[in-house]
Amino acid sequence: MKLHEMTIQQARAELDGGAVTSADLVDELLGRIERLDSDLGAYITVDAEGAKRSAREADKRIAAGERLPLLGIPIALKDLLCTRGVRTTCGSKILENFVPEYDATVVKILKDAGAVIIGKTNLDEFAMGSSTENSGFHITRNPWNRDCVPGGSSGGSAAAMAAGMCTAALGTDTGGSIRQPASHCGVVGLKPTYGRVSRFGLVSYASSLDQIGPITRDVTDAALLMNVICGHDPRDSTSADVDTPDFMSAIQSFDQDKSSSLKGMKAGIPKEFMSVKGLDPDVEAAFNNARKVLEDQGVEMIEISLPQTDYAVAAYYVIAPSEASSNLARFDGVRYGFRDRNASDLIDMYKKTKSRGFGAEVQRRIITGTYALSAGYYDAYYGRATRVRSMIREDFSKAFKECDIIISPVAPTPAFRIGENVDDPLTMYLTDIFTLSTNMAGLPGLSVPCGFSSEGLPIGFQIMADRFNEIPLLKAGYGLERALEISVKPQLIY
Amino acid sequence: MKISRKDVEYIAHLARLEVDDLLVDKFADQISNILEYIDKLKDADVSGAELMSGAAFQNNVMREDIVKVSPGPDVTLSDAPERDEDFYVVPRVVG
Repeated sequence: MKLHEMTIQQARAELDGGAVTSADLVDELLGRIERLDSDLGAYITVDAEGAKRSAREADKRIAAGERLPLLGIPIALKDLLCTRGVRTTCGSKILENFVPEYDATVVKILKDAGAVIIGKTNLDEFAMGSSTENSGFHITRNPWNRDCVPGGSSGGSAAAMAAGMCTAALGTDTGGSIRQPASHCGVVGLKPTYGRVSRFGLVSYASSLDQIGPITRDVTDAALLMNVICGHDPRDSTSADVDTPDFMSAIQSFDQDKSSSLKGMKAGIPKEFMSVKGLDPDVEAAFNNARKVLEDQGVEMIEISLPQTDYAVAAYYVIAPSEASSNLARFDGVRYGFRDRNASDLIDMYKKTKSRGFGAEVQRRIITGTYALSAGYYDAYYGRATRVRSMIREDFSKAFKECDIIISPVAPTPAFRIGENVDDPLTMYLTDIFTLSTNMAGLPGLSVPCGFSSEGLPIGFQIMADRFNEIPLLKAGYGLERALEISVKPQLIY
Repeated sequence: MKISRKDVEYIAHLARLEVDDLLVDKFADQISNILEYIDKLKDADVSGAELMSGAAFQNNVMREDIVKVSPGPDVTLSDAPERDEDFYVVPRVVG
């Protein structure tokens, strides 16, 4: 087993057995970053010294007999999560030199569990995009085909996983930003139920939709990370005060029972999703194949209806930019980040700072959001969108009376070419059709690799479940992964 | 809904942005396209549907009002682009 291909569980066994040290693991990954990442561009900041120091510390603790789930495990963080003493850019020039004074709650939890933070990964600026092409620093290439995007906005985390430059990663998902890049890069991505993971220290894009989640090599690793990162945080008023189930043992008990199947589980297929224009035939074929695999394991398929699907993208692209226009007002050059020094007065300073600090997509969304919230248009846009949102939630509530999980493709196409959609934001927005409804309703969604396109690009399978009900989703994902046994890795020729 | 160059400039001012002159026409076209797509919301039958402002539990979150140690100005102001001891410095506001 190669060090850079290990799952968290495999690395855990090697570390605890003394065959491998965390320092070995970190050195191997840093070496790969050195060789591969000037081309792939998955990282914005690599904390080589910090990672080596934490690895040495972890090795001492392991040698002394300490056992923790993530002790010595190298993890990459999307650069939207605040890390004390390590710059946090959000993929934006406006925060190019921002060094937080505190760790996000989720980062602190990872560190307390012994994780080694290896670096901060690239993203679309402030998570606004589906391709990581909107980063203020550089693009990220898809390790499966360097002419293609890795997806986004957590494209750096997904690419770093696929290229073996970290053992696990965290991303954030506002409309599909964990699941879509995971799908495009052939790794597992999970967006938990809204409120499961604290957003304290996550730089807000659209606060009512944003959620942090794992990007991993397999479903069990996703469950393992969920066990660690979920939980109530008084510092995030939207964090849910609910118990965290043991996701890991739910999968383990399912796996150990040899006779286990998914018998009795009901999966809904939304008829509106399967008639979406532009659904790629390879994606449809991979989806249908995976659906049959689940059926073979006893999952009963039923057709369901999500009638608001046609309005979901429109409502999302009112709500997300509206929240963004408010959230991003804080970057005004006063308290942190870039300040333009050539301004004539205070208002001019705000304007010059923002327009030189923010890229085009961020400015476009701030303007769209400001417009949607402005007097005279508020009811027609934001008001209507929030009503459609409650109807989307109702659609799902109805559907989950009939089924345990809902299945669909993750994205209508495999990874597209770099530059293909850059000048056409609306086309880019429409690629979020299968993922963003779960953010609108606050539901969990999982992306599991299920096949490849004729060009050899990975394709993901999406499993959604009801609020705070991730276990059936993880079981079905695990069942699918175990049956498909996809072991192809990207060919990195450098 | 189509928006003009002038609209973009006005909204940008409200949002305290100074959009690059070369980008204003492009933004007017792109945002018009987006708004035309969003206009399909007018066809949605939302009668009786409630407003949904967030996905969190719809309950008030309260805590005891207890004084805690704060990080203090040195930490809080450590990322300030310009400061004078414990104060942020900004361009002159009043003449």
